[in-house]
Amino acid sequence: MRRLRDGVGDFVRRRPLGAAGAVLILGMVLAAVLAEVITTHDPTSNSFADMLKPPSLEFPFGTDQFGRDVLTRIIYGSRTALVVGFGASLTGSTLGYIFGVVGAYFGGRVDGAIQRLMDVLISFPLIVIAIAVVAALGPGTLNVVVAITIPIIPRVARVVRSSALTVVAMPYVEATRSVGARSGRIMFRHVAPNVFAPYLIMLTAFLGQAILLEASLSFLGLGVAEPTAAWGLMLRGAGMQFLERAPWLAIAPGLAISAAVFGFNLFGDSLRDALDPRLRAA
Amino acid sequence: MKRSAPFVVALVLVALVASACGQQTATAPATPAPAADAGGEKPTAGGTLTFVVNAEPPSFDAHKETTFALLHPTSPHYSTLYRFDPNDLTKIVPDVAAAMPEISADKLTWTVKLRSDVKFHDGTPLTSEDVLATYNKIVFPPSGVVSARRGAYAVVDRMEAPAKDSLVFKLKYPSASFQAGLASPWNWIYSAAKLKTDVKWYEKNVLGTGPFTYVNYVKGASWEGKKNPDYFLKGQPYLDGYKALFISDATAAVNAIRGKQAQIEFRGFTPQQRDDLSRALPNDLAIQEAPWICVNYIVPNAKKKPFDDPRVRRALTLAIDRWTMGAALSKITIIKDIGGLMRPKGPFAMSDADLEKIAGFSKDGRASKDKAKALLAEAGVTNLTFEFLNRSINTPYEPLAVAIIDQWKQAGITATHKVKETSAYLADLRSGNFDVGLDFNCDFLDEPDLQLAKFQSASLGGKGLNLAGYDDPKLDAMIDAQSRETDPAKRKALIGGIERYAMDEMAWQTPTPWWFRIIPYNNKVRGWRVGSNHYTNQDLVSVWLAK
Amino acid sequence: MVPTLIGVAILTFVVMRLVPGDIVELRYAGSGGAVAQEVIDLERRTLGLDKPMALQFVDWMAGLARGDLGTSLWTGRSVTDEVMLRLGLSLELAIISTLIAVALAIPAGVLAAVRQDTWVDYALRLTSIGGLSFPSFWLGILTILGLLTVFGWSPPLLFTPIWEDPVANLSQMIFPALAVGYRSSAVTMRMTRSSVLDVLRDDYVRTARAKGLSESLVVIRHALRNSLLPVVTVISIEFAFLIGGLVVTEQVFNLNGVGKLLVDAVAHRDYTLIQSIVMLLATVFVLVNFLIDMLYVALDPRVRSS
Repeated sequence: MRRLRDGVGDFVRRRPLGAAGAVLILGMVLAAVLAEVITTHDPTSNSFADMLKPPSLEFPFGTDQFGRDVLTRIIYGSRTALVVGFGASLTGSTLGYIFGVVGAYFGGRVDGAIQRLMDVLISFPLIVIAIAVVAALGPGTLNVVVAITIPIIPRVARVVRSSALTVVAMPYVEATRSVGARSGRIMFRHVAPNVFAPYLIMLTAFLGQAILLEASLSFLGLGVAEPTAAWGLMLRGAGMQFLERAPWLAIAPGLAISAAVFGFNLFGDSLRDALDPRLRAA
Repeated sequence: MKRSAPFVVALVLVALVASACGQQTATAPATPAPAADAGGEKPTAGGTLTFVVNAEPPSFDAHKETTFALLHPTSPHYSTLYRFDPNDLTKIVPDVAAAMPEISADKLTWTVKLRSDVKFHDGTPLTSEDVLATYNKIVFPPSGVVSARRGAYAVVDRMEAPAKDSLVFKLKYPSASFQAGLASPWNWIYSAAKLKTDVKWYEKNVLGTGPFTYVNYVKGASWEGKKNPDYFLKGQPYLDGYKALFISDATAAVNAIRGKQAQIEFRGFTPQQRDDLSRALPNDLAIQEAPWICVNYIVPNAKKKPFDDPRVRRALTLAIDRWTMGAALSKITIIKDIGGLMRPKGPFAMSDADLEKIAGFSKDGRASKDKAKALLAEAGVTNLTFEFLNRSINTPYEPLAVAIIDQWKQAGITATHKVKETSAYLADLRSGNFDVGLDFNCDFLDEPDLQLAKFQSASLGGKGLNLAGYDDPKLDAMIDAQSRETDPAKRKALIGGIERYAMDEMAWQTPTPWWFRIIPYNNKVRGWRVGSNHYTNQDLVSVWLAK
Repeated sequence: MVPTLIGVAILTFVVMRLVPGDIVELRYAGSGGAVAQEVIDLERRTLGLDKPMALQFVDWMAGLARGDLGTSLWTGRSVTDEVMLRLGLSLELAIISTLIAVALAIPAGVLAAVRQDTWVDYALRLTSIGGLSFPSFWLGILTILGLLTVFGWSPPLLFTPIWEDPVANLSQMIFPALAVGYRSSAVTMRMTRSSVLDVLRDDYVRTARAKGLSESLVVIRHALRNSLLPVVTVISIEFAFLIGGLVVTEQVFNLNGVGKLLVDAVAHRDYTLIQSIVMLLATVFVLVNFLIDMLYVALDPRVRSS
């Protein structure tokens, strides 16, 4: 317990940016979990008497065109963001990680086949994938997650593979191979950990990217639907249409998205610095 | 007598022209901008009009297409037999016809005399042969040729051109509404010679008799036309030319007008776009507004339980407080007036007093919601939950759905919003793959046969239109009766009966508040009057630019 | 290369046809009002949509082999025409954005790595992370709004090629290019920094340092050259990601490019247009990657020998 406290204290001191990022993430998670407790308004109930009110004590971020409290919707919106962000990024990055390591390790035909598949996926514009998924499966959070996961896989795979190639070519891996150790063991114990850094960077980068991608899809009308509270949706709807009349409607969700992505990126960066195995050895 | 097509069969023109009065209101803007187009100003010639169109035409043949995106940039190249008077959009006046048609005593023979001074843009004179070829293509299209509104002309038996300057239509039965059909903005007059070389020539080419000749079309960017020096109305058009800019993004469209790169957009903007422009151009903006013949319908799928029970359908419409909702939504999107199946403030509209007696139109929203809950309990449906199918378009579909879903929530009805992009939405609606959907309808005329077409039985006259999927012979009979009634007062009474039956007693499909057209534009543009729809009056012949 | 392209072709073809909704219904029923079923059937026949799927696929592939990309189902014009019209704009936007991105990213990444954990490092990292965090279309909207309210000026609406009127062209391109380029530079900068850091700690660099070589020599000759590999990979990935990002940017700034054409085509279910554009983008991507692979070999002797 004491070691953990020391470790955390150490982390904060040595990597203030990462700590700042962690704070942002923590805030977001708390908001998502405690939404019902910390908000006083309902996120989806219309209140025509309160349409488009500027920020005030009662409505700290103002209200939108249906009289809904913006702050409340931002807080509830963190749920959608976290679900989409974690869901898409974790699934996509992990699958990409696996493909990258496997391909680099086996080389030859296996690598070739995996690369072909990754190439096909990566050549697909995100928009076509997104529209196809959303149009075929219907709208909704889960389908948005699926739509966003697909482009993440090949991108992570490429980067992981490029790093893994270097690792696989190293003498000690060759040696372990020639001694007769099982492929799975080599990949799991020697190759994968050494490319964990790029995997982690991509994972945290894509956590934020997934949230951004959801915003883009909502902007094009392909994301989650009203009256769900989701930051991207808020930006498209009220944010764009009332930009001049009610600028708080565009600023609040834009800042929320930026803060969340910022947090994930800062934290991921510092985490990577802390976890790089070669640094540990040095 | 069997209706042969899911379209208009008989339109009553007399009732229309006689009773149509003051249906469009050009309201003076609240901002300090000069009132649009005050009569009495003398038009000055010259200048180029630049306007915005938010989609591009799929082809150049108006007989085939159904989108305003073709009419706006291309109508100025063409004429029709008759058109709506730009100065009084309720009146039909001759275009290339020389005068209003001569109608035989038995009302079955219509003789149209043509002007002798009309020329196509390549110099060839217009004769009855061209008009005949055009109408043959519309009414009796050869195989392989698409005529989108063919069903509206089922009343025509045959057509002849006895002389170079006259054309005869022989009808199967008397139809006073046929006049409006001849003034349809889609019936551009084509050259017989060109049609002879290739009946589909006009899909990719332009050659008309209209006030502007075709200059060029830069795909994805713009469409240009210039003044026809040989136009048959001397002194017109006033403009030297026009340029249509294709801008699909709403914000970019507003910015175009704001940055004075364009002067007007002919479809309509939202209230906040109008306000943004007013604030940005306090001295250069004029605004015209008018009720629009466009509306959305709440359509429960009559073939799916529990929506086959009229009590459930009535609960759905009772739960919606239209007056409050309409007042609020009119501040943020393009809907405004509350009406039944006919456009409010139009010639066939029900009085507010009568309207309020219909389910869902009462001013006491609370009481209506209580009634809705009681009805649902009576029908044995508690905690009604379903998916509400909608189109992924911002204006006004999204805000309308948000408001409706909230109204339902207040009555204990849970609807999840299922938004699909247009293609998928249409596929679901037309195949009956939905619980409750939000449908839409736009027409170019206040005409009960047009607006009631959707309510006919789905397997008969309402095929392809009636997406609720029901068959109701009693309603069919009522609709048929009103379409044959020539006395305007009696007809209006019949329509009232239809509205009460269709919206209240059976609650098959119910309208939401009607759309409202808001056109903010550069006040240098004169000579254009906003009408009740965005299809007619687009040939720009009377438009001029002030210095 | 070819198997990839065939894979893309099949996937696009199948996926689009699995999606509900079709162009003919959209064209006639999309504007409201009814259209007789016969009209719809007739149009389907004209467009060749009533043929069995396998036949449609073969037709399309045969056309591709001839260099005929087909005709757009929506406009009836040849796909080649539609695309060529817009290619210049999208290409220019992609290139300028990438140039801006690289010009921002690499120096920033190297500097941040060399001055690791100093305030320079923090400032650069924060700025680049900002690029990843702000939605680029939001930045774009705010930019346009700012320009309008502060200067009363908006970028020109119609595209003029750069050789015709460089000023008009660049004044239209610069804002979207900045929004996209800023975002694009972020990942590259971080990868540059991380790669340079990796390499700076490697044995042979420590050896070079120990030998007494100057810091900048160490960095430039040894570290940078060997850290370029993953950086170049990322730039190529970013270029492809950019194509997707162009779609949204073109929408916001109302640029008549290939991205916007694609979005419109998908909304219209214009199969021939969609298929051909996706194939075009895929071909570009595959070609770029091929070139990158060649660069790999040139840059990393270890890969060459394996």
